[in-house]
Order: sequence, then structure tokens, then C-alpha cells
Amino acid sequence: MKLLEIKDLNKSFDNKNILENINLEITNGRIVGLLGKNGAGKTTLIKLINDLLTPTSGEIFINGKRIGVESKKAISYLPERSYLNKQMKVSEVINYFEDFYTDFDTKKAKKLLKDLDLDINQKLSKMSKGMQEKVLLVLVMSRNADLYVLDEPLGGVDPATRDYILDTILSNFNENSTIIISTHLIADIERILDEVVFIDKGKIILQSDADKLRNNEKASIDEIFRRMFKC
Amino acid sequence: MEFTFDNNIPIYIQLLEYLKIYLISGVFKSGDKLPSVRDFATTFKVNPNTMQKALMELESMKLIYTERTNGKFVTKDEDLIKKLKDEYAMTLAKSYFEGMKRIGLGKADSIKYLEGVKD
Repeated sequence: MKLLEIKDLNKSFDNKNILENINLEITNGRIVGLLGKNGAGKTTLIKLINDLLTPTSGEIFINGKRIGVESKKAISYLPERSYLNKQMKVSEVINYFEDFYTDFDTKKAKKLLKDLDLDINQKLSKMSKGMQEKVLLVLVMSRNADLYVLDEPLGGVDPATRDYILDTILSNFNENSTIIISTHLIADIERILDEVVFIDKGKIILQSDADKLRNNEKASIDEIFRRMFKC
Repeated sequence: MEFTFDNNIPIYIQLLEYLKIYLISGVFKSGDKLPSVRDFATTFKVNPNTMQKALMELESMKLIYTERTNGKFVTKDEDLIKKLKDEYAMTLAKSYFEGMKRIGLGKADSIKYLEGVKD
């Protein structure tokens, strides 16, 4: 089934085209990598999917319905930057999520935080940037959503934690949901992807099954990306 | 055991190799029930879809079969597994001799080296 469908989407700021003629279909049960250089339009596309920006033209559908209040329930979104009040303790943020999202699994969140050695009685302001990122990722992954949209989830975390996070994403992944991960750290995440979307200068230039692409090009996704976008 | 994957080769092909070794070495014997796709995916730390693809490939090679509602099982045809073992061993042997050839050693010399390997 089509979980996400984007039709003829355009977005421009001050007459500058940021996204041009985006057409994309993503089905249930996939882990999709949204891959592109800095400034390619990844975050803009993600914000449009989350109804945080208005398209200049075109449409976006989640589960066959135009995006709106309903789609916000279906999507769990990890933004590029944390929006949490840093004066809050982790436990308070958990309560906040519990109140806000009916699909939030508190038990799961607490378990994941414990696995990552994060203290729920600590204030966010007392945590390092990487720790804060981990907290937010845990919260986002602890919802039972249809679509998880993670914008650069691994940017500020160390390689060992990166592996743990990828394993967490995998073990929490069920065949009814889909995860879209935007990143430029391709080598780190490509093992968990089953589909890749390359975006460059506001256009989607490739959508493919990850293993098929490796097979055709006889190279890793990272290598293919580097070749394609050589500066 | 920690499984490592080379990003340059399709992951499902590498999974297929691991699974073949399981069958050849008897980790799963003829007629044994296999873990679920989900459990396998957790063990190998891979995407369940990729795991599914590797298992489908193994099934198309008749090395495993699906019993509806019951899960997946290793083939009861022991000859098929024996054949797989022979082929696998032959591939390893060939690659050994190829490597020796690259450093200028013929078959007879290569075998001498083999015999010199201590357990």
C-alpha cells in the first residue's frame, strides 16, 4: 500500500526553486534513505511532508489522505534541531510526550533511555548535545506511528552509539511502518536501508532498491553517491 | 558471533552465504525448523526485508521450504546439502590455488604448503 505519495511538488522561496517537480511513492514496511548533499533540499522536503511548510504547488498524501491533522498523528518526526525546553528533565519530557501522543509507549522509551545510560532525572540543559539528540530520538522512536521521518538522526553521536541507534531502529521496525532517514552519513547507515532516494539541487534523481543498485553498479551506496555527486 | 557486511556487495547475497554455511556445517540440519524472518534479522542485524529476500533465494534453490502457517524448514533432501558442501569446498580450494598461482606457485607446491599448515 502507498503510505506516502507526493505529486508534482514544487517549493520556492523568494522565487528561488528549492524543490522542483518532486514525484515520490513510498510503501509500508520499508526503511528508506533520503540521501543528498548539504542544501540539496532534504530538510525542505521533510518539512513539507510534516506540514510545516506549504507547497508552492503540488500535493502530498499520507495513507491516501491529503496531509493535515490526521497525518500528524500518523507521522513521528525527528527534526534537525531539538525543539524541547532545555529546562525540563527527561522525565518531564516523557510526560509531555505521553500527554501529546496517544501512540506513545512510555515503557519502551524508559527502557531505551536506560540502555543508553541516560538519566531520566537529569535536566536537558545539563546534558551534552549528543545526549540530548539521543533523548529526542528515543522519544520519536517510542511512538507507534505509521511513518517515522528522521532528519539527520546520527549527526552528533559517536560511532559506537550510532550502531546502537541503528540496531534500535531495526529492532523497533515493524512491517506496517516505514522509516525515512535523511542523512549524508551514508556509509554508516546503508546496511539497514532497503530503498534509497537520491536528491540533488531540489530534484529526485534516483529511487532504487538498495541491493539492486549495489548489484548494478558493483559498489556501495556510499561509493555510488560519491561518484554521482563528485564536486 | 558478530556478523560483518561488505557494503560493496548486496547484503542479501552475503546473508545467503552465511545461511549456506549454516546448512553445510549442520547448525541447521535436514528437516530442522528455521527461526522466523524477524529473529534471523535480529541476529544478523539487518533489515527484515533483506533477510526475507535471502531466505526466498534459498528457497528457490530448494535448500529450504515453507510449510504454510508452520514456518520454514531445511530441505529433507540430504544429497542437496551434500552437493552444496562439495561445491562450497571446491570454491574455497580453487580460490586457494588461484592465490598461490599469483605468487608463482604451482599445484604441487601449493599442496606441500597446505600439508605444512598446523592445526
